[in-house]
Amino acid sequence: MRFEDEPVPGYPLPILPGHTSPGRFERVLRAGGFAVTTELAPPDSADPEDVYKRARVFDGYVDAINATDGSGANCHMSSIAVCALLTRVGYAPIMQISCRDKNRIAIQGDILGGAAMGVCNMLCLTGDGVQAGDHPQAKPVFDLDCVSLLDIARTLRDDHHFQSGRKITFAPRVFFGAAENPSGLPHDWRALRLAKKVAAGAQFIQTQYCYDIPLLQGFMDQVEALGLLGKVFILVGVGPLRSAKTAEWMRKNVPGMHVPDALIARLAGAKDQAREGREICIELIQAIREIRGVHGVHIMAYRQEESVAEIVDRSQILQGRLPWYPGRDEAPQASQRTA
Amino acid sequence: MYAVRLWSVRHARGLNAFYRGFEGVLKRMHPLFKALGYERIERPVAALERTVKGALFDCRMCGQCVLSSTGMSCPMNCPKTLRNGPCGGVRDNGHCEVKPEMRCVWVEAYRGSQRIPNGVEAMSKIQFAVDQRLQGRSSWLRVVRELNPEPPAKPGLDAKPAAGKSGVTP
Repeated sequence: MRFEDEPVPGYPLPILPGHTSPGRFERVLRAGGFAVTTELAPPDSADPEDVYKRARVFDGYVDAINATDGSGANCHMSSIAVCALLTRVGYAPIMQISCRDKNRIAIQGDILGGAAMGVCNMLCLTGDGVQAGDHPQAKPVFDLDCVSLLDIARTLRDDHHFQSGRKITFAPRVFFGAAENPSGLPHDWRALRLAKKVAAGAQFIQTQYCYDIPLLQGFMDQVEALGLLGKVFILVGVGPLRSAKTAEWMRKNVPGMHVPDALIARLAGAKDQAREGREICIELIQAIREIRGVHGVHIMAYRQEESVAEIVDRSQILQGRLPWYPGRDEAPQASQRTA
Repeated sequence: MYAVRLWSVRHARGLNAFYRGFEGVLKRMHPLFKALGYERIERPVAALERTVKGALFDCRMCGQCVLSSTGMSCPMNCPKTLRNGPCGGVRDNGHCEVKPEMRCVWVEAYRGSQRIPNGVEAMSKIQFAVDQRLQGRSSWLRVVRELNPEPPAKPGLDAKPAAGKSGVTP
C-alpha cells in the first residue's frame, strides 16, 4: 500500500479524518487491510545498529513493529529508546508501556516524549511480575494497571491534561492499544475484560499466542455478543514453535500460554520439527483470518525472527501489499510484491 | 489469613448483604463522627477496620475499598495490585503467576461476584488509578463522608477535572 502523501522518513503523515494518529498502522487498519505486526527483541547493548539490524529482518513484511518493554521482566534496551531509533528512519513502531517499572509520573512523561519523537502507536500493558525475569530482587511498581493506564493515556490525548488535572499544550496523537489473553482464566470473563479495556480507551488489541482455534472462536463469539465488533481492531497473536520440547517449555514457563496436546504430539512426530512449527503457524493464520472480527495477526517469533518473512509470504496474508520500509520506494519493483 | 480469605469469597453474598446494612448504620453516624472530628477518630477507626477486614479479607488498607465490586476478594492481594481484572498469566489450575501457591485473586473475585446480585456487572466497571495518599486510612470514614456530602464551601473548587474522579465503590 503506497500513500499519495508519502512523507520524508521520520516525518509524520497527515492525520486523516476519523484517525487519532498520523501513523501507517492505524491507516492500514482503518482502510480495511489485514494488518501484520511483529515483535522486536530489544538488544542487550547500547549500539543503535543492533536495533536497525533486528528491524531490517522484517522489511516489507510487517505494518508495525512492537518494541517490548522489559518483556518477561528481563532487562534490555528501553522500549522508548528503541522506538526513537526506529522512528528516525521512518519505521512504525508500537511502543509497549508496562506498569511494572514506572509510576504515573514517568509513564505520562514517556507518552508525551514518545509521541514527540514520532511514535504513533502505544500498547498499554500491566507487565510481567519481577520474579519471572533476571532481576527478581527488583521493586515492582504497579502504581497503575493496564486499564487505569489506558484511561490516563486517553485523557492525555483527548482531554489534554495530566491525571493531576494540569493542562498540556499539545496532545500526543497516538493510537492506543492493549493486550488480551483469550486462553486465560476465567475464560468466560475474558471478553468482559476486553470490553473494559475498550471502554477505557483501547483502540486495538494484540492477543497472547493463540494455538487453540475453538477457544479463540468462543472468545470472539463472546466479543461479538458484547457488541464490540467495529469498536476495536483485534490482532491475534501467533508464532512458530521451534520443537515439541520448546512448546512444552513455553507452556510450562510462559505465563498464560496454552498449547493443546495435539499440537505438541504433531510436532514431536515430525521429522523436521522447526519446519513443522512454521507449517502449523501458517495453518493457524489461515484459520484465524476467517474468524469474524479479526483484523490482523501479531507474529511473535522470538529468536527465529527470520522466519516471519517466510510465514507472511507463504500464508499470503498481505495479498500483494508491500508494507513501507526505509528505501522501499527507491526499489525498482516498488509498491507491488512480485511473487 | 489465606483460608479465611477463601471462606469470605465463598460467603460473598452474605458478607455483601451484611456490608450493605453496616453501611446504612455508618451513614447515620455521620453527625456523631462530625462532632468527634473525622481527623481525630481516623486512627482508631482505621485500626479497627484493619483488624476486622484484615482478618476476613487480608485487607491491605488501600483506603479505597472495592470489595463489593470484586466478589469480596481483595484485589490488593494481587502481587501486581490489579484492580480491573486478572492479568494474562493465570495458571491453568487457577493459581497466581507470581505466587504459585496462591489462588489468583481475580479467579476468586469472579466466583465471589457470581454470588453477589449484579456482582459481575460491578466487576466490569472501570476502577480508575488509586490515590496512593489514602494508603492506611479508613475507607469506612471516607464512604460516610461521601454519603453525606457537605455543601461546597467554595464553588468552582471542584471544577478541576479528573482529580476527584475515583470510580470507587465501597
